[in-house]
Amino acid sequence: MTDARIITGNQAAALAARLCDVQVIAAYPITPQSQLAEMLSLYVESGQLRAEYVRVEGEHSAMTVCIGASTVGARVFTATSSNGLLYMHEQLHWAAGSRLPIVMCCVNRGVGAPWSIFNDQQDSLAQRDTGWIQMYCRDNQEILDTIIQAYRIAETVYAPVMVCYDGFVLSHTMMPVVSPTPAAVRKFLPPYKPHTILDSNNPMTINSVLLPNRRPDAEGVLCDGYMEMRYKLQNALNRSPETIREVNRQYAEAFGRDHGGMLWTHRTEDAEVILTSMGSLAAEATVAADALREEGIKAGVVGIRVFRPFPEKKEVVAAYRNAKAIILFEKSVSYGYEGGLCSDLKAAFYGSGINAAIHDHVAGLGGRDVKARELVEAVKSSLARIAEGERELNTTWLNCHTE
Amino acid sequence: MKEIIWFGRGGQGAVVAAQILAESAYLEGFKGVTSAPTFGPERRGAPVTASTRISEDPIRMFSQVEMADIAIVLDDTLLGVVDVKGRVRKGGTIIVNTSCKPEDAAINGDFDVATVDATGIALKLRLLKEGAPVINTPLLGAFAKATGIVSLENIEKALRSKLPAAVASQNFETVRAAYEGTMTKKAQG
Repeated sequence: MTDARIITGNQAAALAARLCDVQVIAAYPITPQSQLAEMLSLYVESGQLRAEYVRVEGEHSAMTVCIGASTVGARVFTATSSNGLLYMHEQLHWAAGSRLPIVMCCVNRGVGAPWSIFNDQQDSLAQRDTGWIQMYCRDNQEILDTIIQAYRIAETVYAPVMVCYDGFVLSHTMMPVVSPTPAAVRKFLPPYKPHTILDSNNPMTINSVLLPNRRPDAEGVLCDGYMEMRYKLQNALNRSPETIREVNRQYAEAFGRDHGGMLWTHRTEDAEVILTSMGSLAAEATVAADALREEGIKAGVVGIRVFRPFPEKKEVVAAYRNAKAIILFEKSVSYGYEGGLCSDLKAAFYGSGINAAIHDHVAGLGGRDVKARELVEAVKSSLARIAEGERELNTTWLNCHTE
Repeated sequence: MKEIIWFGRGGQGAVVAAQILAESAYLEGFKGVTSAPTFGPERRGAPVTASTRISEDPIRMFSQVEMADIAIVLDDTLLGVVDVKGRVRKGGTIIVNTSCKPEDAAINGDFDVATVDATGIALKLRLLKEGAPVINTPLLGAFAKATGIVSLENIEKALRSKLPAAVASQNFETVRAAYEGTMTKKAQG
């Protein structure tokens, strides 16, 4: 049992980036991501990582540097949180539209106003439609493993991947993490092969203005219009679950750790009540499900690992097939409606025959601690209301004074 | 699972001690260990806490520790400032850095109490940082004595994995002295 290191989530992420031999890093420090940026700059400065660390004046530039470096053929990495991610928003679309396999950590933090440095997932959820693959981690081991997988996925699909983990709850909490050897990671992750290299010896224009319709290029070859290129991005993400599952399978084979592909389950075989969440709260939910079982309630957990692309209907329906009640816990909300995960899940059930009662709880915004015992109480309260016929509720705000 | 809360003042090393304890427990064979600071900004001298969880199985619970099985108080002046007893389960253990005997430590209730003069030990063995005695590492020795959860051998290994050899040896001397100097009193209950 001496093969693991006891490290924070940020340290696990930095170690993973180093194991992936990233060549260019541009990151602007922001709480709770700062330790990750510090460690990467230390690796570069001390020669432990042969990479260029580009210092930038903000997150918009950080992503712009990553886009530039990826376009000339480098494997790149960045990380941010909260308002830093929001500041990057325009360039997130640009990275995805350019089909660049950039990997970024989002160390999840609530967004202002009012200011909070503490954890929730509003920052990454608000980037849902940028064309990035989004993966959520349960613990620090999963952070390290997911980043390594993320480069394989990104460089296969040609789409950027955001690896999300909860600020402070994971980023600043130490736990055992097993690190694969650099040689094993190099075997699993072959060098990045760019789809197009911007090269001064072969000058070209990339991402120039496209007009509404397809047009022939200078050689007379009919080329994609804007809409065709955007369709291809959608098609790539829609088809990526196959790659994500396969990469997870190969990773499990190589390193002995299986994090579940698109989603994972905990004691769902005979579960009538299924708790669902993403990230560290989903891990906490497994403790709650075990406690509910001790009270005779057949509870299980479905953890959503990949939020975009959303797990395919077939897999979602199979995971929830026996559920009579589904209780969600989300660290974000789509203001004016409900939690984004809840809407997507309901949409996946459309026409499937699953007609479980669904209750959506918003929990842990701005770092409000969410304890397993509170999840147990929330589930029991939801079950009581379902028994009284309230099969669907307006979003409940857990442990929040709403009077 | 054992839940442990460290009560200290900013700068006394509660967070680092929580980490070294987690490392020692992992070396002891516990598959699940976590250590966490209280999340957010802190400042020197103000009351702070850190926590360690130790379990036979990998830990899936990352919420903050609410009630502890064991509390370690780095500074006995905190007993009058922070509600330590209110954060420890009945029958739990409270370990205090004080020159008092457990009977005189003014901790009433259904708790095992252990006391050690970590400050005196650090001063005597010249374990100083910026002129102040280092008290977090000797308290690891008091933890080992009072709870039996980790051995001195694994505390030494954990220190050696974190510190240069000479510094680790000097720190471990205070751990051993604190182990030997810890006095315990069982709960009356």
